[in-house]
Amino acid sequence: MANLNDFAKARTAQIALRVRPMGIWLRRGRLETLIELLIRLSGVSTIVIVGLIFLFLLREGLPAFLDIPLRQLFGSRWYPIEGFYGIWPLLVGSLVVTAGAIVIAVPLGLTTAVYLGEIAPVWQREILKPLIEVLAGIPSIVLGFLGWVALAPIIQSLGAPTGLTALTGSLILAYMALPTIISISEDALYAVPKEYRDGALAIGATQWQTIWRVVLPAARSGLAMAVMLGIGRAIGETMAVMMVTGNAAFIPDLGLDLPLHPVRTMTATIAAEMGEVAQGSLHYNVLFGIGIVLFVVTFAINLVAGRLVGSVVRRRGGQL
Amino acid sequence: MRLAMRPAMKRQQTQKIAVGLITGAAVLVVIPIVLVILYIVVQGIGALSWEFLTAPPRNGMTEGGIMPAILGTLILTLGTAIVCLPLAIGAAIYLAEYASDNRLTRWVRLAIVNLAGIPSIVYGLFGLGAFVLFLQFGTSILAGSLTLGIMTLPVVISTAEEAILSVPQEFRLVSQSLGATRWQTIRHQVLPHAMPGIITGVILGLSRAAGETAPILFTVAAFYVPHLPQSVSDQTMALPYHLYVISTQVPGMPLSVQYGTALVLLLLVLSLTVVATVIRTRMRRRRDW
Repeated sequence: MANLNDFAKARTAQIALRVRPMGIWLRRGRLETLIELLIRLSGVSTIVIVGLIFLFLLREGLPAFLDIPLRQLFGSRWYPIEGFYGIWPLLVGSLVVTAGAIVIAVPLGLTTAVYLGEIAPVWQREILKPLIEVLAGIPSIVLGFLGWVALAPIIQSLGAPTGLTALTGSLILAYMALPTIISISEDALYAVPKEYRDGALAIGATQWQTIWRVVLPAARSGLAMAVMLGIGRAIGETMAVMMVTGNAAFIPDLGLDLPLHPVRTMTATIAAEMGEVAQGSLHYNVLFGIGIVLFVVTFAINLVAGRLVGSVVRRRGGQL
Repeated sequence: MRLAMRPAMKRQQTQKIAVGLITGAAVLVVIPIVLVILYIVVQGIGALSWEFLTAPPRNGMTEGGIMPAILGTLILTLGTAIVCLPLAIGAAIYLAEYASDNRLTRWVRLAIVNLAGIPSIVYGLFGLGAFVLFLQFGTSILAGSLTLGIMTLPVVISTAEEAILSVPQEFRLVSQSLGATRWQTIRHQVLPHAMPGIITGVILGLSRAAGETAPILFTVAAFYVPHLPQSVSDQTMALPYHLYVISTQVPGMPLSVQYGTALVLLLLVLSLTVVATVIRTRMRRRRDW
């Protein structure tokens, strides 16, 4: 019986394959075979490239993990000149700045997406969406420059000992992560069927009740993905963060004024120090080792985000 | 049931407050964007002059212009396009027209999503390890273009795939029924109709590449080069790196020069973004299917 069932299934699949319109094509010439081969190769090349990136990071960075005892590598002192390569302060720096950015960007981003998707009239949407695309287009170095010459003095005038702090970095990063968060959560809201809203409104819910109790819960996996990719965007940002966080590689005391201390992120450390190290030195290897950590972290974030909503990932792909 | 039990007055009040807060958040997002652009334009416009755009820097970069940096960025953008386009459009055609729903395709999609997520500084490390050192291209336009080109792949692939998928299935069926082969159909029916969308994606991708600093830090960018690049194995100055250098590494640099450089970079990148948006809007309007 089971065999017969399997057979039937296989047969149906076969037929389905045959009637699929794209399945039947005329026989092609030699040139076409070559072109199609090239097209398939360029598709597969993306996998090869990701593999090569990881391979080259490993090649240059692995010695760091092999030559330095793990306890020292994850220790709390980063003084490359004296041979201390503890990346813990850099991890904490990245974490503090990213967390601050997310605390600012997630509420702002999600509410803006709700405004664009559910409340704004068409004419406003047609002004606001290009504006947000413009924000996505501003080079990070320009935002970093503004943070350096304009925002830092403001932060300092608020009473911080210096304007170059984790908070300054978080503010800039938040605005850099906003376009990602807004556009992906807007997609998620857009994917909620109109009938859901009509149904809620028809039983007497207000617009806000509809949004809060129907639309947002229905879009939650997409919204979660927007947040994840926003985090990924923030954690990998380099230039702006390097310019405005003060680049102090020590762990600040945990306290309420934590955001007002200068910190140094993993990305900024690579960018600032790679230019000065001797190629093949231990310091050089450690900087690549930090690159491995960044690669693995962002890979994991994207993997989880991809699990959340396959279709949204496919639709947006690299256009984050 | 719980909805009905709330008094209508209170519900209307909550509605008003909620909409007010949401609108406020949207304003909070938009106003800084406008301020940032206005601020840079106002502060930088004074520095712009014919000399600033066409002359090399003089006097420890405090005078003269930024022409070598502008030229360098244009060259790098061209190089990025040459590296990125064939591969990206090939991959997009593969995903949209050839890929069936199997493990390989899922891996390709996973790879693209992850390429999009890799931090730009990690691309810089890769470029240093692979092109500058392993392939011995040295710090050069070649190494920089390869690094930027690979970084730009995911943006172009996904927008191009979207453009190809948006061409109606009927076009392919008709072409097929007239006896065209698969490639003939793609070449003569699908690609021409998808072209505006593909061009939009390409321009957007290139505008990102033009503004990036981290990937070129160790692969091509030079602090100062007295002559213009002669070949692809030369270093070059580039606008984003130049802005970084003059704002943080050179003491006593006049602010007007800094703002002027920021403005030129912003104008270059944003004008590309605007061109892309215009093409896309026009395409949507003209589409007759």
